[in-house]
Amino acid sequence: MSDAASLNLFQQQEANRRRTVVLVVCFVAFFAWLGFGGDYIYYLYTRPAPHYAYHHVFPWFGIGLSLAAAAIAWYAYRTGPEKVLWSTGAREVVEPSSDQERQLVNVVEEMAIAAGVPRPRIWIVDDPDPNAFATGTDPLHSHLAVTQGLLDLCTRDELQGVVAHELGHVKNLDVRLMTLLAALVGAVALMHDGTARVLRPGGGGSSEERKPSPLVLILLAVWIVSWILAPIIAQLLALGVSRKREYLADAMSAQFTRNPLALASALQKIEGADAPTTHIKRGAAHLCIADPLGRRLTSHDGLFADALTTHPPMAKRIAILRGMGYAQLKQQGR
Amino acid sequence: MGPLVFLIVLVVVAAWLVAAYNGLIALKNQTLNAFKQIDVQLKRRHDLIPNLVNAVRGAMDFEKSTLEAVIQARNQAVKVNATGPEGIKQISQAENALSSALGRLMVVVEQYPQLKATGNIGQLQEELTSTENKVAFARQLYNDTATLYNTKQQQFPTSFVAGLAKAQPADLWEIEDQGEKAVPQVDLSLKPKT
Repeated sequence: MSDAASLNLFQQQEANRRRTVVLVVCFVAFFAWLGFGGDYIYYLYTRPAPHYAYHHVFPWFGIGLSLAAAAIAWYAYRTGPEKVLWSTGAREVVEPSSDQERQLVNVVEEMAIAAGVPRPRIWIVDDPDPNAFATGTDPLHSHLAVTQGLLDLCTRDELQGVVAHELGHVKNLDVRLMTLLAALVGAVALMHDGTARVLRPGGGGSSEERKPSPLVLILLAVWIVSWILAPIIAQLLALGVSRKREYLADAMSAQFTRNPLALASALQKIEGADAPTTHIKRGAAHLCIADPLGRRLTSHDGLFADALTTHPPMAKRIAILRGMGYAQLKQQGR
Repeated sequence: MGPLVFLIVLVVVAAWLVAAYNGLIALKNQTLNAFKQIDVQLKRRHDLIPNLVNAVRGAMDFEKSTLEAVIQARNQAVKVNATGPEGIKQISQAENALSSALGRLMVVVEQYPQLKATGNIGQLQEELTSTENKVAFARQLYNDTATLYNTKQQQFPTSFVAGLAKAQPADLWEIEDQGEKAVPQVDLSLKPKT
């Protein structure tokens, strides 16, 4: 088990590193397309103008937007974890002040030992709905947050399973990719809203004087469509990226605790508590152990669910964990 | 064409050699590091036990022998001054004895509800559970890493490089269950023992 699992782990780490780079490159390339595309359209538009009028030759927009995108990506990578934690209103547990917090800290320390990663910083979100998420850029700088509801609902063993699941995400570098994604999705949404406001009044300009060629019009249409689609694409990316890795993190949790049945029963309890986690917003949904936006959709599988939900069906996850648990019991001859 | 093919084959073989060698060395160091983690947790446990015993001593005059066993096992474990994976047999024996003594103490505490009712004991129980878990998980990580290391150095074709990397099979931390499996005798009559 450990051999196959660790092979899987290295592959996953490698894949996550690669995907993070691809994500950043795509992000910058997308903005470069928007920028240079705008430049080109403006260039074509100003070309037939008289020689004394302004000719758009140097691609200012492209360079500017590309640099801005790179800066945003860098900024998102640096401050992503803080932003995610801040958006959920989590408070850090520095000195445990109650038995419950003491237990949480102990459980996290135990699981960090089992996973062989440094202990992450621990946060509690004051929300009655049971949920948990991890964020950070690498195992040395990682954060683990659980809701108050999870602490109230779960036994020690179940808490262990959930914490181990999150540390699985930390160990195979899921957190880096997903946190960056959360930050970038937020940035795209923000920029989109901002530019939409800027573009609207000044769009037409002096278009009555010259008739733009069809090529310019087509380019302009494609360009505008990509502006409109940007946040939707980013959102879909966030959805697609998180479903498969939940299974892997579940398996890693089982490897760390050697107790898959505890995580199965924790998931069962989380599934049973139907209230959405109101403190965790859409942008961070794909980081959580269970979909914070409500769990009706996650009970289905298939194309429709694939396109709309961040998490695989809970029943399937529980069934897989139970299978592991019973296989383990059988092996021990109990 | 001939020499070129030969050169490519040579480069590929050399690249594989380097990768296999480095992989083995990385695993070796991971194994050593995992063992260090066990040491850290054992040290923590040794430091915790005196406090623990002092805290419960007043509350459980009636279970003297259980406490004595814990103290004795702890002192035995501290005395073992073998270090590194070579001394693993010695260390694990002493530590397993301590684990089973602590396990008995925990069962005893569990059996006396009025002991559990005092808040202090509840906290101590949590600490004890956590300490035992930490030792167990550190051990688990070590065994997993060592197994990976052992498998790698025995598997074909990495086994050719094993001698070069001075890879020796690492001993696993065996859990001797006799002590842990032995059901502790718990006197539920609450009569003070003499």
